[in-house]
Amino acid sequence: MTQDCDDPVVLNQWHPLSSFNEIVVGQKHRTVLLGRSLFYQQTAKGELFVWSCDNVSFVLPTKRAYGFLWTSLGIPPDELFAVEEIDEPDRQNVATGVFGVNVSFGRAIENFLDMGHFPFVHTGILGEEPHTEVKEYDVDVSESRDEIMATRCRFYQPQASLASAAGADVDYIFRVPHTNCALLYKSSPGYEAEGRMDVIYMFLQPMGPEWTRAHTGMCVIDVANSYESIRYFQQIIFGQDKSILENQFPKRLPLDSRAETPIRADKSAIAYRRWLAKKGLTYGVIPSI
Amino acid sequence: MKLYDYELSGNCYKVRLFLSILGLNFDTKPVDFYPGREHKSKALLSLNPLGQLPIFEDSDAIFCGSDVILSYIAENYDKSGFWYPKKQRLSIDNWMRVADEITATASAARLHDTFFYDLDIDTARAGAHRLFRILDEHLWFSEKRGDDWLVETPFPTIADISCFPYVALSEEGGISRMDFPAIRRWCDRVKRIDGFITMPGIFPTSKAA
Repeated sequence: MTQDCDDPVVLNQWHPLSSFNEIVVGQKHRTVLLGRSLFYQQTAKGELFVWSCDNVSFVLPTKRAYGFLWTSLGIPPDELFAVEEIDEPDRQNVATGVFGVNVSFGRAIENFLDMGHFPFVHTGILGEEPHTEVKEYDVDVSESRDEIMATRCRFYQPQASLASAAGADVDYIFRVPHTNCALLYKSSPGYEAEGRMDVIYMFLQPMGPEWTRAHTGMCVIDVANSYESIRYFQQIIFGQDKSILENQFPKRLPLDSRAETPIRADKSAIAYRRWLAKKGLTYGVIPSI
Repeated sequence: MKLYDYELSGNCYKVRLFLSILGLNFDTKPVDFYPGREHKSKALLSLNPLGQLPIFEDSDAIFCGSDVILSYIAENYDKSGFWYPKKQRLSIDNWMRVADEITATASAARLHDTFFYDLDIDTARAGAHRLFRILDEHLWFSEKRGDDWLVETPFPTIADISCFPYVALSEEGGISRMDFPAIRRWCDRVKRIDGFITMPGIFPTSKAA
């Protein structure tokens, strides 16, 4: 936990600290980012402060985006990745809770991208036997936007979301626009014809190389179900993933292509590992030699 | 019958699990325990002033705490009489006290690691290891006698239901069960009880005994 991070790739990035739902105005909150103890506070006037006080106290940059407070320990870019859907008026953007997971952020992102585990880990909800096949899908790394996209993904789900009435084949798109943030887009029940999709995201706060604070949320076209019930549904899903993640070994993500044996369904994970390796990331991973 | 329930709570799961094993139908009222802290809301404090889950409602009476609820259900709905047999009650109650200790240590470690509760994680983990050692030894000697369960009966009792969840969730608090083989075998036996259900973090086991 006191291990110092000297990796410029993660240092010079925005990292999520908290959903604004959970920030009590005036109160000093405490958290850990990249092994450093941080405080954050929102004043009654709405000003935001994040500061570190390991030795000498100093103030860190802040950003408000997607209902979350973000900060950086280095020199962050001006802009964070875009999520246009957040601004659509007929959606609810629901922060579904923040959870500690004893694993590296890279392992958590990979699990988020993986459809193969649905029938076995989210049995009866996001998958069920015998519908276990991960059909061929496309993966692209966009040079201009510097992000990974997996498209044409399709999976049979008994209860794809709280608003689903019955099992259905569900279309998915996955996006990794940030080393420790990923989003997925899936058919929104009732809006399939219009091609509109629900957005589910996972913004990960690396507390240590093998300790992650996972901020989860969803931006759904669902006004029928309450904020609380959507949050509850998503917590059950994440609760199922958590113990699987914590049993991964090694806990850091190996970037060497020979370290683990992927199958075809892992195409997006392979692209993710290559993308991280190309960036020269060293924190929370086992770099390739 | 109504259970005020939080899906990720091991104590609520004890009640869901037992009701499922007995094949009883019940309603649930999901409580926004985290992050909403609804168990500390006025409405729920009026049901349980301690501000804890689970809370169980049956024929206009309110029962709080998983042990009280388990024994109430066993006494009133278990036709077999095996789950809380009169002769073994002292021993069962003792194991339910051990379950409380497991909650105070293994579950506390899980709350720290998962939900960011502010507590001394090393003390919690050390306490859990000490209890797991006692439990493992007890189960090992039971197996040698040919017994499968915590209390010396041919059938599982609510002592097993009460001790199981936070043992099975221990890894979420950074407590491995690698060194406790008798505990691992007992967990598998619990998972093979007819009517067993899972919760997030607790997975089914293979059918073969």
